Amino acid sequence: MSTGTTKLDVVVSDVVPVNELVTRFHFRRRDGQLLPTFSGGAHVVVEMRDGERTRLNPYSLMGSPLDTREYTISVRRDDAGRGGSLFMHRHVRPGMEMVISYPVNLFSLDLRARKHLMLAGGIGITPFMAQTAQLAAEGGNFELHYTCRTASLGTYADVLKERYDRRVRLYHDDRDERIELDRLLSSQPLGTHLYVCGPSGMIGWVRDRAAALGWPTETVHFEHFAAPQPGAPFDVTLALSGKSIRVGEQQSLLEAIEAAGVDPPYLCRGGVCGQCETNVIAHDGKFIHNDHWLSEEEHRSCKKIMPCVSRFEGRSLVLER
Amino acid sequence: MGITFRKETFRDDFTFKNSPEHIRRFPFPFHEDSYMYAVNIEPHVLGPKGSVLETLIDVDEHYVAEMQDRALVLAEDPLRCQSLPHMTLAGWDLLELLMEQQALGYPEHFTLTRDGDRWRWINRPLGIDDSFTFGDVSTLPYGPMEYITRQSQGDFCILDQRDGNLWMDAGMVTTQADWSLDFDIGMNFFEWHAPVPLAHEKGIFVRALKFLTNIQQGKPARRLNWTMTINPRLDTSPENYHKWGPDRTTVTPENVGDKVHLRVELQSFWRLPRSNGIVFPIRCYLIKMDELVTQPKWARRLHRVIRDLPEELANYKGLTRYRATLVEWLSKLDDGSPTSPGFGPD
Repeated sequence: MSTGTTKLDVVVSDVVPVNELVTRFHFRRRDGQLLPTFSGGAHVVVEMRDGERTRLNPYSLMGSPLDTREYTISVRRDDAGRGGSLFMHRHVRPGMEMVISYPVNLFSLDLRARKHLMLAGGIGITPFMAQTAQLAAEGGNFELHYTCRTASLGTYADVLKERYDRRVRLYHDDRDERIELDRLLSSQPLGTHLYVCGPSGMIGWVRDRAAALGWPTETVHFEHFAAPQPGAPFDVTLALSGKSIRVGEQQSLLEAIEAAGVDPPYLCRGGVCGQCETNVIAHDGKFIHNDHWLSEEEHRSCKKIMPCVSRFEGRSLVLER
Repeated sequence: MGITFRKETFRDDFTFKNSPEHIRRFPFPFHEDSYMYAVNIEPHVLGPKGSVLETLIDVDEHYVAEMQDRALVLAEDPLRCQSLPHMTLAGWDLLELLMEQQALGYPEHFTLTRDGDRWRWINRPLGIDDSFTFGDVSTLPYGPMEYITRQSQGDFCILDQRDGNLWMDAGMVTTQADWSLDFDIGMNFFEWHAPVPLAHEKGIFVRALKFLTNIQQGKPARRLNWTMTINPRLDTSPENYHKWGPDRTTVTPENVGDKVHLRVELQSFWRLPRSNGIVFPIRCYLIKMDELVTQPKWARRLHRVIRDLPEELANYKGLTRYRATLVEWLSKLDDGSPTSPGFGPD
């Protein structure tokens, strides 16, 4: 059976520029009903009708889970990306009807934690907006460390400071302010859980230092949706459906499979959830694995690929789809 | 019109019975003439009128009597209901789910009114009319999970999802087929399934866990499980084994029809929105052999299933002592003619 999510018909109720790179979008249900309740850390997949193309991008819900009259997401414009964020910034206007998925949480709080220590980098702040709102309402114990390039690019830094004051610590790259990570990780009370969301370099750094300082892996939580990377076009044969497809330079393998009328299940489209895992039947060439789902051993085995983010270079590839 | 709730017992004099309409709606679990484990999970969507799937949370003629039996079990053994400290939010999620579903399916019996976090819940069959503040434990007579599961048929396990596994961290378990919440509380999915034979070898639990951790909000799933119980006893717990275990030695060719019951669990799986946990309602349906064989197809098929069941499964389900007597009794109702496909009666 398919394990995808149910869809929600929404209307864009507001579009608010936050700073020179980030814009916030508000969605309400078209039928006027409340949206489904969600938990802090959840994301939705936004469907964008961009001419002939359908783009499907995941964005963290950043509003309070206590208020389900509307959902809000914040989109950072990526001028070098594949166009999803540019579409949102250039074409999405208040009143527009869109379709989004039900919320899915792949970055859930561990509710056993005595304290939640959160580390955010850049636009990685968005899931923490919802998580801090949820925890604050329950009297939860949290502390947020947020690094941004400059004060003007510190998306929602002012809002968070105002809401939570000393529980939020800001670090600005242009002022050479850095998280003193080792000191921070060494001085936490027993029962603390660590959450990190930001650029992959930051996630890797935090996970490495936490492991080196003896944090159990079960207490270290991270969310890193990989964006599909562009690359050279390649040809694929879908053995089950008997189709041959070409994956374009700006297209992901999953998108090319969908464009051919085959619908693998998906939840995150960012190499995290594992839903679209696909068996490789035959190949002559080299895989470019970009996911966080398969193990290194599985990557080396060349028997599986995550088509949402990974690509292929070579003569031929046959997939079990 | 509404449901006519039966006055009946699940202990002592065992007056439990199914009405003829309830016999026909019994969730018979065998779609063919044999049985083996499979990952038999499907979407929990509405089924035909007159079936137990007419609503997603079924309330039937046994509702009031089952709730009275639960209260008796809890009075003797409060540990049948437990919730670890981090599970209170999931308890509120469950309260919302059960109130919404029961009010939606049975408006003549249940009414939920919400004004922000000010809620009013009317449960007419049990004579309850409570106003409370959603999220504020002090406004209810019990914790949210205990409050609503004292008013909902079936057992409920709430599973916390973390570290790629599911953890049995809360539950209300009084109508169980020989397992104990008090024993399993805090265990993960593999730990609490460790006693099940054959299925591990088939890799069933690895696949089932993968499926369950991906259950999405608004897309519940379900499966059927079954065993057999002597006398219509809901509480066949390890804690009370001394009360029901010996019943299995009392089956004779004369009393099979009245004493032996097929026990079917309709298990469903729901993602909880605020806690991101999973609730796993295990709804128990009982039917005695005399009632079941009023449907000739079920009589023929059950005979073949029990006769051909692998030894390990018969042992695990506790059938060994009376299996031969039961098969002999059922064989007289099996003329060898084919059975039609599907679960339902002809």
